[in-house]
Amino acid sequence: MNALRESRKPSVAGEIPRRDFLKLSVAASGGLLIGFYLPGMQPEAQAATFAPNAFVRIGTDDSVTVIVNHSEMGQGVFTALPMILADELDANWTKVRFQPAPVDPVYNHPVFHMQMTGGSTSTWSSFDQFRQAGAAARAMLITAAAQRWNVDAAGCRTENGTVIHSASNRRLSYGQLAESAARLTPPQQVTLKDPKDFKLIGKPLKRLDTPEKTNGKGIFGIDVKVPGMLTAVVARSPVFGGKLKSVNADKAKAVKGVRKVVEVPSGVAVIADGFWAAKRGRDALQIEWDEGPMADFNSKSQREQYAELAKQPGLSARKEGDASGAIGSAAKKIEAVYEVPYLSHAMMEPLNCAVDLRADRCEIWTGTQFQTVDRMSAAGIAGLKPEQVQIHTTLLGGGFGRRANPASDFVSEAMHVAKAAGAPVKVIWTREDDMHGGYYRPMYYHSLIAGVDADGNPLVWSHHVVGQSIVAGTAFESVIVKNGIDGTSVEGLDDIPYAIPNLSVEYHPAKVGVPVLWWRSVGHSHTAFVKESFIDELAALGGKDPFELRRKLLAKSPRDLGVLELAAEKAGWGKPLPAGRARGIAVHASFESYTAQVAEVLVDSGGKIRVHRVVCAVDCGRYVNPGIIEAQVQGAVIFGLTAAFYDELTFEKGRIQQSNFHDYPMLRINETPEIEVYIVKNDEKSGGIGEPGVPCAAPAVANAIFAATGKRIRKLPMRMNEAV
Amino acid sequence: MISFSVNKRRVNVDVDPSTPLLWVLRENLELTGTKYGCGMAQCGACTVHIDGQAVRSCVAPVTRAAGKEVTTIEGLSPDLSHPLQRAWLEIDVPQCGYCQSGQIMSAAVLLKEIPNPTDEDIDQALTGNICRCGTYPRIRRAVHRAAEMMAQGGGR
Repeated sequence: MNALRESRKPSVAGEIPRRDFLKLSVAASGGLLIGFYLPGMQPEAQAATFAPNAFVRIGTDDSVTVIVNHSEMGQGVFTALPMILADELDANWTKVRFQPAPVDPVYNHPVFHMQMTGGSTSTWSSFDQFRQAGAAARAMLITAAAQRWNVDAAGCRTENGTVIHSASNRRLSYGQLAESAARLTPPQQVTLKDPKDFKLIGKPLKRLDTPEKTNGKGIFGIDVKVPGMLTAVVARSPVFGGKLKSVNADKAKAVKGVRKVVEVPSGVAVIADGFWAAKRGRDALQIEWDEGPMADFNSKSQREQYAELAKQPGLSARKEGDASGAIGSAAKKIEAVYEVPYLSHAMMEPLNCAVDLRADRCEIWTGTQFQTVDRMSAAGIAGLKPEQVQIHTTLLGGGFGRRANPASDFVSEAMHVAKAAGAPVKVIWTREDDMHGGYYRPMYYHSLIAGVDADGNPLVWSHHVVGQSIVAGTAFESVIVKNGIDGTSVEGLDDIPYAIPNLSVEYHPAKVGVPVLWWRSVGHSHTAFVKESFIDELAALGGKDPFELRRKLLAKSPRDLGVLELAAEKAGWGKPLPAGRARGIAVHASFESYTAQVAEVLVDSGGKIRVHRVVCAVDCGRYVNPGIIEAQVQGAVIFGLTAAFYDELTFEKGRIQQSNFHDYPMLRINETPEIEVYIVKNDEKSGGIGEPGVPCAAPAVANAIFAATGKRIRKLPMRMNEAV
Repeated sequence: MISFSVNKRRVNVDVDPSTPLLWVLRENLELTGTKYGCGMAQCGACTVHIDGQAVRSCVAPVTRAAGKEVTTIEGLSPDLSHPLQRAWLEIDVPQCGYCQSGQIMSAAVLLKEIPNPTDEDIDQALTGNICRCGTYPRIRRAVHRAAEMMAQGGGR
């Protein structure tokens, strides 16, 4: 596809300060409020509403609107971030609303320095910023009240959306103070609460977005309608890298409701009054493709190439001791190959993007995780300045990384369609389009050899990983790739916490024309499966209990050890189970959080597997909303089990063999186990929670199947009936 | 012209008769609470009621609704007062929210037919509704909770 090729040029790169992407520096609490104010939205501009900074608005009706700069894709940022701000503000929680932020540098991610949502970072990275925003507003409300009463501000306190003069017990609500507070100059420095005084942070408050997700009123990208808007469906090359050779659109144009058929870099767009006409028109196109160099691509030979690559020396991602020397002195050895396939994100809401392009401005409505990048891509295509392009971020019907594309594929394509449409237009991808559209979790091939000493303790672990780099050819390459190694391919292996004296991990980047991307938990989605399955193999080889062996090897990793022991205890590790049932355990750190899971499975005499129970322990440090954490972890387990049991994308003659949920199934409610979530309470630095629940699900289940049957699962998805 | 009733409102639409009811609801009638997910009755995001039965509107041609009563999520209650909606709020079920209209509409038919469902009844009734976020554990709890509310006289 032309668009893919084009987009792989680092056109976006030059404009983003690359060095800033991953600079992990979080502002210290109570620091100066810099870069905090939205140009053109200074408080004095809107006297009726108190807008002390870019993140909060207080109305004369006492409403508190928190402007959230991260996209809501199910992970709860429209609740967690308002909680943080409202806590410092001492707001009345029942008056708190949320509003998605427009695109502006003031709303950049504090760590990644671009407006985006990803990496399980939203809550922890914005924590201090939202506290400061709330505290600054609170200070101004106190000043306004003190001036009104002609008293010392030090004698005033705040409570539940009200300023109180302690001596006289006089009270004014924030709404009553909004107009006078709006005339004050924002403070340069604020004092933050002592965390022991938090009233909202740490509580399982209900999500603010549940009502609109329960009555059908919430607006997702696919729901957007603007006056005069048309709908487009695009025919894209069935093979990655293919180009349009010829198109006959006569039959498409004959479909009632079809307005235009236009060529765009990614293929042929049929623009119609509505989706059904556009799709019927698209189906009626007669197209010849030049399928390009991937025309004969197939999964079987790709696997053979990966197996060959794994035999070569790779790039060293981790080296302890002397793995190749130590293997000879092992008392027992084991070799294994682990494999995982390409995966689709398969968000419930297929990709879509609506564009209203005018001569001097452009408005875009879409559910994106990558506002800054998408806006730059759109501006480039429109020939506008980025400031002339506004993105209205809608609700996202799932994201999982697919809507955070350095190549801006679905936005760029919609821009090209809009240029040709001459009217506002919404491009809708069918489920099949979405599944065939690329940007998958890469396929990986792992080859391992390890050994134990005479006492059965792991002595050596040698590991080769073959797979595509996610960031090669994108603006992110220069910051993420170090010494040729894409950290997202080996994360979870380059930091194996197990005390194994001789340890080697080598990476083999594979160059393949299949577009790949981050997929919920990214590298950890495969590295944890391999690491946690293979350590289980070593336990069996050395005659050790898999939990006890991990405990021993994690003695110097207290947070890994903590979740491991908690999960084992809650699951009743070691206690007898009914016949046919067995437990498996896994522990893994990702996104600065720690998780362990114990899965309990039943394998019946026919070989059918049923997962009955999954016990999860999570340590994500200081947390904001344990109710959301429970939901995220339960959902992540289900996401991980779906990949473990069901999904793979395979290629034949350059074409993906799967297309929709009948051949790319999702775990359903009747297959869902009991999932218990236990959260460690501590004051450690906060980590992520959207992704860390995924990695342990597959290995915990695979290890349980081994415990039940003696059969080791080394390839995902596990074919249930083939497994035993 | 095809006539039917949607959420107790009479409508007449002039569309190609092959058009799935889903797109007529979403585009012609601007009832976007009913979602497109797969287009082949695999995911349940498009579930609505036709004469009280759960129907996947993505594969039901609009003609199937002719002369009938269609209910969408918008018509379940005007004010989130349906026991399922109240239970959904109490248990805080949705994550991304995209599939939830379909889940609720499928569950509503279940509760009409089996006012006090077991876990198995719930599994059976909702097995056609995919949630990629994995809200199933809370869906199960919320359907039980809605059944309790109905038993306590909060039903409709």
